[in-house]
Amino acid sequence: MNSNFSLKIHLPLLVFGLAAPFVFPGLQYQIATLWVMVLFALTWDVMGGQMGYNSLGNIFFFGVGMYASAVIQIAQFADVGAFTAARGAIVVEYTDAQYYQGLVLGILASGFVAAATAFALGWTVFGLRGPYFAIGTLGMALAAGELMGTWEWVGGGGGIGMPVFPGSAQAKGLTFYFLTFAAAILTFVTLQWVYKTRFGLAINAIRDDEEKAEAMGIHTLRYKSVAWAISAFFLGISGALFGNIVGFVEPLEVAFPTVTFGIFMVAMTLLGGKGTLWGPVLGAILFHVIKEATWTYFLGWQWVALGMLIIINVVFFQQGIMGWLMEKYPEKFGIIVEDKGGSK
Amino acid sequence: MWDNIMVLVAAPVFSVQLVLDGLFIGATFALAAYGLALVWGVMNVKNLAQGDFVIAGGYIAWWLGKQGIHPLWGLPAAIIIMFAFGWFIYVTIIRRVIDKDLFTSLLATFGLAIVMAQGLNLMFGPEVQTAESDFAIRSMWDNNLTIAEIKVLAFVLCGILAVMVVLFMKRSRMGQAIRATAQDARAARVMGIDTDKVYAFTYSLNAAICGAAGAMISMIWVIQPFYGISHSIRSFVIVTAAGFGNLPGVIMAGLGLGVVENLGGFVFGAEFQQAIVVGLLLVVLVWRQIQQRKLRQVVS
Repeated sequence: MNSNFSLKIHLPLLVFGLAAPFVFPGLQYQIATLWVMVLFALTWDVMGGQMGYNSLGNIFFFGVGMYASAVIQIAQFADVGAFTAARGAIVVEYTDAQYYQGLVLGILASGFVAAATAFALGWTVFGLRGPYFAIGTLGMALAAGELMGTWEWVGGGGGIGMPVFPGSAQAKGLTFYFLTFAAAILTFVTLQWVYKTRFGLAINAIRDDEEKAEAMGIHTLRYKSVAWAISAFFLGISGALFGNIVGFVEPLEVAFPTVTFGIFMVAMTLLGGKGTLWGPVLGAILFHVIKEATWTYFLGWQWVALGMLIIINVVFFQQGIMGWLMEKYPEKFGIIVEDKGGSK
Repeated sequence: MWDNIMVLVAAPVFSVQLVLDGLFIGATFALAAYGLALVWGVMNVKNLAQGDFVIAGGYIAWWLGKQGIHPLWGLPAAIIIMFAFGWFIYVTIIRRVIDKDLFTSLLATFGLAIVMAQGLNLMFGPEVQTAESDFAIRSMWDNNLTIAEIKVLAFVLCGILAVMVVLFMKRSRMGQAIRATAQDARAARVMGIDTDKVYAFTYSLNAAICGAAGAMISMIWVIQPFYGISHSIRSFVIVTAAGFGNLPGVIMAGLGLGVVENLGGFVFGAEFQQAIVVGLLLVVLVWRQIQQRKLRQVVS
């Protein structure tokens, strides 16, 4: 990317991201969710777009991260089983320092726990190809929600109330807004870097022809597991943040929302154009803005509209916005490709 | 969990009851799975809306029952309506994704599943429903074993439908065309078979089979707009375990899944029932993977 392009796109987004909570204080929560959506789409694209493994259950790691952070934040100063059994009857008084310590630890740990889970699961799941992989992961995410609902130690179907933020609601909103914004930027920058390395080439090779890639000496299983772990790491972090924003962790609707967020991430990536860096970002922003602007007026028809969007997107517009742009103006993207080696 | 196992050991009649109920419901699973095997094998479409076709069929029977018509009439009604619906879906969606890559059909039908589930939810509300068939419930062995007549009837009907479909595939002109297309679509086209029509018919037939299974399920079990996805997963479990061209395998796997789910649901608790289905899916997938690994080693 040349500096001109960077100035045109990166800077306005950065300025918007930093100024948004002050300019639109009423929309703070929606914009924070927007960054989570951008993160979702980006992480889904690592697998679906760049590696050709279409997972329908990536939301699983979101939930894993959320539960990991919840347990860690509580377990520092209280017994988790007793805390959840009391359904919030035990009020743990945290000092500010304790709260932030728990939060930082929880966010970091959630990322690593989710990544480790992905890595471990990768050894069993990656033998599955194509539709089997998609259905296997979908089943995994659905089952996780059900099973979490029966695990009493983490609150079962009743869920866990997260530790209360010390300070005003406004301070809480701002803190988590900037945390989600930072997480989205971190994801974007990391993936931008990853796609430029040999690793990015390797996962693209897996997408194009896995057997050939293996024959060329690429240890495909290892690459696939690492790619999934990268995607899970950021999903785990987003789960931890989202759990704290909502303030309440519940298995079916909040932690493992397979048919909402889990499908949004696929729909957004496809809308923007999979297999491109900016496609998921564009798709997420467009999708989220449209969704937030129209959701309230549809009254139950919103899900029908969502399903229709997926069908139309898949059937008629599979390449997505970025893919369409690339087809329409190849010279613009062609120039960028040539610039990569030279001017940068 | 151990308590529940002890109950089963202490009262063997009760486990007979669970197994029987599992077989009755498993027959409908096998029927729906056979439809999936057909669509998958013939046109290579992984239909994730399978379960929603089932539920839609169930709602047709339930709605007729509510209008005062006996829900058994829902069976032919569901078959006809779902056949037409399947044709409509083929013309609007499936025809356009049939020659695209594998994930396209999966995702398109998943979108369809969302639309259907929500459509049913808007039309009939989110409550769990059962179509009342008003058949007697027989008790045996001092009321320890109860068998609803409707379940036996549904089981028999499932068998009759399966035989009819098999005969149709073997004997009729269209059945032969479907099997020819499944073997080699291009050769079939060369031989003058209109494969587009064959695909349309196959997909509609699948929808009709699902509708029939759903009508039965609405009478012997429960339906709800959002139960579709678990029926889809059941069909995938069965087809993955049995393979497409293998009708006895599909029947065995379907009945087995019904029994395992029922027994497992009792032993572990009803809230685990869906988790058991999904767990079985993962087990089957991993098992297949191990099989394939063996295959790969032999080749190399």
